[in-house]
Amino acid sequence: MIKAEWFYWLVGALFMVLAVQMAADRTNPKRYGTAAFWGLLGAGFVYSSWVVDKSAPAEPLGAAVLVMICLAAFGFTGRGKARTTTTEERRASARKHGSKLFLPALTIPAVALVCAVLVPKLSFGGGPLLQKGSETILGLGIGAIVALVLAMVMLREKSVAAPLHAGRSMLESMGWAMLLPQLLATLGTIFAVSGVGKQVGILTEAVLPHDSVITAVVVYCVGMFLFTVIMGNGFAAFPVMTAAVGWPVLIEQAHGNAPAVLAIGMLCGFCGTLVTPMAANFNVVPAALLELKDQYGPIKAQLPTAVVLLGCNIVIMSAFAF
Amino acid sequence: MIVLLGVLVVIIGFATRRNPLLVVGVAGIATGFLGGLSPQKVLAAFGDGFASSRAVTIFVITLPVIGLLERHGLQEQARNLISRFSKLTTGRFLTLYLVLRQGFAALGLRDLFGPAQTVRPLAAPMAEGAAERRYGTLPDKTREKIRSFTASADNVGLFFGEDVFLAVGSILLITGFANSTYHTHLEPLQLALWAIPTALCALAVHGGRLLRMDRTLERELLGARVELATEEAAK
Repeated sequence: MIKAEWFYWLVGALFMVLAVQMAADRTNPKRYGTAAFWGLLGAGFVYSSWVVDKSAPAEPLGAAVLVMICLAAFGFTGRGKARTTTTEERRASARKHGSKLFLPALTIPAVALVCAVLVPKLSFGGGPLLQKGSETILGLGIGAIVALVLAMVMLREKSVAAPLHAGRSMLESMGWAMLLPQLLATLGTIFAVSGVGKQVGILTEAVLPHDSVITAVVVYCVGMFLFTVIMGNGFAAFPVMTAAVGWPVLIEQAHGNAPAVLAIGMLCGFCGTLVTPMAANFNVVPAALLELKDQYGPIKAQLPTAVVLLGCNIVIMSAFAF
Repeated sequence: MIVLLGVLVVIIGFATRRNPLLVVGVAGIATGFLGGLSPQKVLAAFGDGFASSRAVTIFVITLPVIGLLERHGLQEQARNLISRFSKLTTGRFLTLYLVLRQGFAALGLRDLFGPAQTVRPLAAPMAEGAAERRYGTLPDKTREKIRSFTASADNVGLFFGEDVFLAVGSILLITGFANSTYHTHLEPLQLALWAIPTALCALAVHGGRLLRMDRTLERELLGARVELATEEAAK
């Protein structure tokens, strides 16, 4: 059986190999700091396997994360000059290869699709071929490897250094944004164990009017939205808002339809995810990947949609759930 | 009440545009201490959080192949391809992308598309290419706007598509929480059905905004060109 952890080791190894390249890159004025950041990230990926199954302490990993934060936040990381092709060379190559170039890029989703849909039905030596529940993640990894081999054969690229180099300059241009989503997930956990959720619940109950269903719907929906903006995802907001308003007021007092109230409540949280930099993997990482000058560009594009949809949710819940 | 100070740190930090890593790190440490965790527990929380959230970072595995293809002209070819379909404007292309993204997410295939796999190498250059065919070289501001909207189509499609699928994390979270806390019995199917009205609204609202982008682009870019031409004429 292919395990998800093996794939995390591969990602960790990739980070570490790139870190070695970075340390040797004389065009990067801060090469040692940069190499330390990505090297620690890679080592953390591997070490995490034992943290997850509780056979190693989490504290050293936590300390490494704090070191990474300091390296990135206090300007010890930088980027080298990318040795890459010029626009003219790219245009010439595009003319030469034509739409064949899409083939490897489309291989990634195609393999992911096969792994998610077909492979779970196969068995290998009495067990599933891919670890259960991780099929799509593993599919992405297998797809990336197949695509890489295909691209190298197709483009007659003999050296593995070329794709590594290309990947490295993309990583260097993203910089600290890479670590942010994982760090925010951590913050969510810390908020939860420190009782931030409970406090917000108490606050919400204090401002909650007990007379009209419509106001309670608005409090639940807007509360989910705002709480998600603060926490970065609806998963942390949902139990708190549902315990404070959703269940006791909307479902028990007002006899709302439970699936409707809860499903739409969660979707109000998703509207919040569209507008918060705390949801870095959806909003900040794409901005870095697309090399936008304004890191809030995607959020600005999503804000009107999010607000209108929040309104839609309030209307749908008021109209159909009671 | 005092643990909410951590939330305040986050809001102020992001509003004043400090380095987000530093903001989140400080907020985490502060909240942990205010919430009565020992320094050792805070460190362990950072470690556990990192280890259990690695899945959000694995898209890097696609970067080497995407980078290699880009060096050989993938983005240029995406632009070439789109310019053969003269009816496919930027807005229409992005709406099509939104529909596909939402449709596949509703079938449970959320990792098929994504910022690293499809937005950067394919969708964004195609959306730009469609605009370039009409208006020539784009100003940086327009380029940023088109890219931001491509990212937005990806997110909106994903968020409001995936909840229509039964086995997605958020649906299972709802049933898990409600069934264990309130001793009720909710089925994932009931919840997924109630996600459909909002999914349709999302498609209409965001699709409408994407289609309207064509008009905005025309106004901005043709307007700018007229201005430029009158300036030239005045000389």
